[in-house]
Amino acid sequence: MITRKTQPLLYATLLVGIVLSAFPLYWLFVVATRSNDVVGDWPPPLAPGENLWDNLGRLFAAEDANFLLGMGNSLLTSAVVTVSVVFFSSLAGFAFAKLKFRGRNGLLLVILATMMIPVQMGIIPLYMIMVELGWQNRMEAIVVPALVSAFGVFLMRQYAEQAVPDELIEAARIDGCSTFRIFWSIVLPALRPGAAVLALTTFMGTWNEFLWPLAVLEADNPTVQFSLSQLSTTYYTDYTLMFTGALVATVPLLLVFIAFGRQIIGGIMEGAVKA
Amino acid sequence: MVDLKQRPVARKAAGRTPPERPRLRDRVSRVEVRWSPYLFIAPFFVIFAVFGLFPLVYTAWVSLHDWDITGAGAFVGLDNYVTLFADPDFWNSVYNTVGMLVLATVPQLLMALVLASLLNQRLRAVTFFRMGVLLPIVTSVAAVGIVFSQIFDRDAGMVNGLLGLVNVDAVDWRADKWSSWTAISTMVNWRWTGYNSLIYLAAMQAIPRDLYEAATVDGAGKIRQFWSITVPNIRPAIVFTVVMSTIAGMQLFTEPLIFGQGSFAISGGSLRQFQTVSMYMFEKAFRDFDYGYGSAVAWMIFLLITLLGVVNFLITRRSR
Repeated sequence: MITRKTQPLLYATLLVGIVLSAFPLYWLFVVATRSNDVVGDWPPPLAPGENLWDNLGRLFAAEDANFLLGMGNSLLTSAVVTVSVVFFSSLAGFAFAKLKFRGRNGLLLVILATMMIPVQMGIIPLYMIMVELGWQNRMEAIVVPALVSAFGVFLMRQYAEQAVPDELIEAARIDGCSTFRIFWSIVLPALRPGAAVLALTTFMGTWNEFLWPLAVLEADNPTVQFSLSQLSTTYYTDYTLMFTGALVATVPLLLVFIAFGRQIIGGIMEGAVKA
Repeated sequence: MVDLKQRPVARKAAGRTPPERPRLRDRVSRVEVRWSPYLFIAPFFVIFAVFGLFPLVYTAWVSLHDWDITGAGAFVGLDNYVTLFADPDFWNSVYNTVGMLVLATVPQLLMALVLASLLNQRLRAVTFFRMGVLLPIVTSVAAVGIVFSQIFDRDAGMVNGLLGLVNVDAVDWRADKWSSWTAISTMVNWRWTGYNSLIYLAAMQAIPRDLYEAATVDGAGKIRQFWSITVPNIRPAIVFTVVMSTIAGMQLFTEPLIFGQGSFAISGGSLRQFQTVSMYMFEKAFRDFDYGYGSAVAWMIFLLITLLGVVNFLITRRSR
């Protein structure tokens, strides 16, 4: 469709787009390896320096931020939430896609509707519930409300619909498999690609959660985003320190992206076709 | 009476008649088949009801009370709402939120459209470009706030440095509404443009090629084709992104909070230049511990989002 003449222009425009989208990340890295006295220079230092280890040492020693604990808490809560969301979403998604039961369509509509509800607006009573349960400043408060996801159920239903042949389920039934056995041995393996996408988006979403942790946790037991906000309120003139924290907080997501980037892209594009 | 010794023989003779134990198993399995679907969807509904739906509904109840950290006080009816409607700080935060929503959604979706149509051309290194535009959503959200706060810093920031090259005076980005909105919207735009462009790209790839070929034969230019073929054909994807961006934009919280820095963070600057409704709700509930009033704010945000959803729906339906 595009002619020889316009080809270079197309690539040039796209490259500009890539540079714009990568530059803030690169700048994050550069500042994290520098010292504070050169950060504000003009022209800005565009090559990495040698201060990364110094800055990391200062980051882990920074009072109020509890950065290492924040990283640990976030890795733990994100992992638990991811496993749980993927399991329960696959289970419910399978039921909605492949099993017949009364009220199926109605209940599916409820799930669709809840996807649109801004649940965050209920955080004041949610906080009261956590006070009742004694879960203030504990990771249970972060994990338990996030164990299930309407979006996840919907996604897995869509996926199960086309990924699991009905004949396979019928055959297993005739062989005397229980429904859960069918789910575990036949459906779950077939759902793996869809589950991978859900796992990745859930992990990223939990890792980036901020409003709720800020409400229910204290600075002495934070998640990683909370730690970062502590850095930015307490040390806001210390750019290299904040940037080092921001860099470390981004590394796990970057690793996930490098390992599974293709699947993430596939997931976004498939989800969009269905939406 | 049946002779016990004869039974095995009788069974063999009967051939296919099911033995007694499997019949019980049959009945169990019928119950199992009937009820296990409910068991499979129960975890979602139970947890969502307790930690999602109940708190949301209970917010309305709390908002009708004089409720603080010591517990429920007097039932005050709509008093909190009466106060809220006359509260300039609340309306200011609504104004800020909607302002940033527009500044963040419109350019973002337009850029995403352009980017998607570029990515939809015959390209080498497809994966490289797609992963490249997706890099921003891999960045931790608070990290985005930190990086852009520095880039938009009055003294040390790169944006002012670049403006200096064309002889524009340094801007104090945090000081005014328009400037702080611009900085914060830039963060949102940067983070989500690539993601939305991939959604559009997926929709564009589903458009049959012969539509374009026919248009070319009819003499329609590239731009005409874009508006008359591409855009109408990816309408569902556009509606989807508009709705999602609106819901997310109305709850904007992390970026402006980090941008605020220091002690004025939750109030969105010393004059509340960039305080969003979510920040105002948080300030009332978790800094002033006025749960009743905070709940009234939360419930208003909820209604506002629902209202915008309906408006979105009506507009997109009319333009069909």
